[in-house]
Amino acid sequence: MQFFLSAVAWLLDPANYRPGLQTPLPIQDRIGEHLLYTFISVAIAALIALPLGLYIGHTGRGRGFVIAFTGSMRALPTLGLLGTLFVVIGMTVPFTQTAFIASIIAFVVLAIPSILAGAYAGVESVDPQTVDAARSVGMTELQILFKVEIPLSLPLIIGGIRASVLQVIATVVIASYISLGGLGAIISTGISLNDNDLILGGALLVTVLALVIDGLFALAQHLTRRGGPSRTRSTGTRRTRRSGAGRTRRSAEVRTRRSRTDIRSLPLRRRAVTVSSVDERDH
Amino acid sequence: MRGYSGVDAAMLREEGRIRWLSDEDWDAALNWIFANFGLIWSLTVTHVALAAVPVVLGFVVAVPLGWVATRWRAVRSVIVGGGSLLYTIPSLPLFVILPYLLGTRITDPVNIVVGLSVYAVAIMVRLAADAFAAVPADVVDSATAVGFSAWKRFWAVELPLAGPVLLAGIRVVSASTVALVSVGALVGSANIGFLFTDGRQRQFLEEILVGVVASLVIALVFDTVLVALGRILMPWSRRTPRRTRQMRSNATLATIERGA
Repeated sequence: MQFFLSAVAWLLDPANYRPGLQTPLPIQDRIGEHLLYTFISVAIAALIALPLGLYIGHTGRGRGFVIAFTGSMRALPTLGLLGTLFVVIGMTVPFTQTAFIASIIAFVVLAIPSILAGAYAGVESVDPQTVDAARSVGMTELQILFKVEIPLSLPLIIGGIRASVLQVIATVVIASYISLGGLGAIISTGISLNDNDLILGGALLVTVLALVIDGLFALAQHLTRRGGPSRTRSTGTRRTRRSGAGRTRRSAEVRTRRSRTDIRSLPLRRRAVTVSSVDERDH
Repeated sequence: MRGYSGVDAAMLREEGRIRWLSDEDWDAALNWIFANFGLIWSLTVTHVALAAVPVVLGFVVAVPLGWVATRWRAVRSVIVGGGSLLYTIPSLPLFVILPYLLGTRITDPVNIVVGLSVYAVAIMVRLAADAFAAVPADVVDSATAVGFSAWKRFWAVELPLAGPVLLAGIRVVSASTVALVSVGALVGSANIGFLFTDGRQRQFLEEILVGVVASLVIALVFDTVLVALGRILMPWSRRTPRRTRQMRSNATLATIERGA
């Protein structure tokens, strides 16, 4: 226990936040790097995966691809991907930039499956009756996508981004252990110096960072949730609410009688994707 | 004179399969594999052991918890919420925090087993709760009505009906556990991850790729074993439809499609 107290004291010591300290140290710099890497790679991944996932969810084409892709990416070892990219990119790019470029590519690759699965599962979980209703009042396919499907599936889309952000935060720790900056540098320096404060302080810092960001995303998911079966639990019947379109109304009588979770209100083939691939990630 | 491997490489390149490795690279890689087969094999054995324990533990611990979570709603949010909170902790920090909690040395493999078990339980408990929630309440009520005790009903009715979803869940757990074990190499565990750290230090691409392939093969073998177990224990679920899709997902590592 005294290790933890000492590590917390180390974290709270203003001396460790002074600018211009030796490498792993001004803590705020490492936090900044960590968040920057995470932001850049998730943004790139979202640019690739969101349109693709929305397209697949809307048209239903390529469903098998999403499932196979997210499933097999789960088995890919993070460290192996990082190592491979380091060596391959090290052959062409100057040494100083290798770590950065290789890591960002690895993070993007690891962030894509969750975002893709979230966007796909979100759009596909929208009640087909609602979509047909939108079509019958004369909406174009793009309008349906942007005014009906995306607003209704926002919690799941955000859920996918949430999973990918957490995965990247965890992977940045591993990458910085190898030679990138970020909070992992504090841990790896701690291990090589055998300094308990650095090891535990760094680890606690990453953990708190992950939990805080996870909480923010949970809040965003909660705020964007509209009528219809919620992810965690849906109660009997819900009132009709205005959906994002304004023109369509979702009369969201939950279709199954007993609904302890929404899993049952989805057709069998969709359950697995919705349930397991969105929130799961490797570290 | 060329060795066997050289002939193979030339043949493969003619078919357009490999372009990015020269003959010498290919020879070097194969020679390296043969020369270090003992090492690779022992790393693989460690890797399998480190991954198998958490998968089994995760299943054994999470299934009762998932059942409890379905039975009492108040408990559900605690268990499932607690699980997702634990799962939020990044892996490397968890591996280095655990020694201080367990009183082990930082390089002790126990840390990795415990850490991965925590993750396995954390994911599996939610999937198990969903699996039991998906058992039709009518069936459970009927079983109660014809006189099943809670204990017997669990084994004879709820567990078999939740089985396919549980299987899908444990396949997810197994794939991510096998992949995560290699992170343990950063805290001194001698598993397949060692090939990644060592290969990166020596800028030896083939070594890393051998590691990646080995890790994927282990994941595939685990998955196959789980599916086979599912077939044996749940012969009725084979009759569920979509033969073609089954074959397709057999070919890939897709862990989520079938049985769910």
